[in-house]
Amino acid sequence: MQLCRIRDILDAVVLCGADRLNCEVRSACGSDFMSDVLAYVKDQAVLLTGLVNPQVVRTADMMEMKCIVFVRGKSPGEAIVTMAEARGIVVMSSNKRMYDACGLLYTNGLRGSEHGNH
Amino acid sequence: METIKLVYPVEGGDLIEAGEASSKMKLTLKKLGLPPDIIRRASICMYEGEINMVIHADGGQAEVEVGLDEITIRMEDHGPGIPDVNKAMEEGFSTAGDTARDLGFGAGMGLPNIKRYSDKMNIETTVGQGTVVTVKIKI
Repeated sequence: MQLCRIRDILDAVVLCGADRLNCEVRSACGSDFMSDVLAYVKDQAVLLTGLVNPQVVRTADMMEMKCIVFVRGKSPGEAIVTMAEARGIVVMSSNKRMYDACGLLYTNGLRGSEHGNH
Repeated sequence: METIKLVYPVEGGDLIEAGEASSKMKLTLKKLGLPPDIIRRASICMYEGEINMVIHADGGQAEVEVGLDEITIRMEDHGPGIPDVNKAMEEGFSTAGDTARDLGFGAGMGLPNIKRYSDKMNIETTVGQGTVVTVKIKI
């Protein structure tokens, strides 16, 4: 699924990386616990989270993720967006709640871990 | 390839900025052309260790050696030490405070994650003196 499709499905606002929305991703995960993301995520390229702080970007960076979607209308500050931009990570913000956002992406074909952890 | 030695000081006290040393190491490993999976595993080990150093020990130092067939990461702090290492290795056990939890950590996954992503892990700790966590990742 292309990132622009994720933007459309989640009715999200793109905060950085608008020139990379044609990037293709195969799976996603949702969590507010960064240690869980570090523990269980394997090759998911999209992180959905309601947590807003620089460690979200660092976690996504360590995992080589392509996109962070802040759910529940959370909007990261400029410093966080700049940090993500410097690492080539696309950032979006959606008003959807975590459960709904994950469900919408899942039903549109973007699955989680192959092991079913997320 | 000669063994490459890297040293990264880890600042204590600022959990919001924690992870800078891990980011720098990751960039260096990328420049060295190591396989992506190896870089990711090393980065996660270092990142979790760095977060632990900031949460529990007011910082410390990480020494990274990149050899021909393995990466060694030695993370040393002079914090309070770990009274019960076996307990600390259990997933879900944590003594971290609310600040760490607010940032998405402190869920008792740090040391288990380091073990999960390393080929070998060793913890030397003395209560009241500090802790050295050494991990090896085969290339």
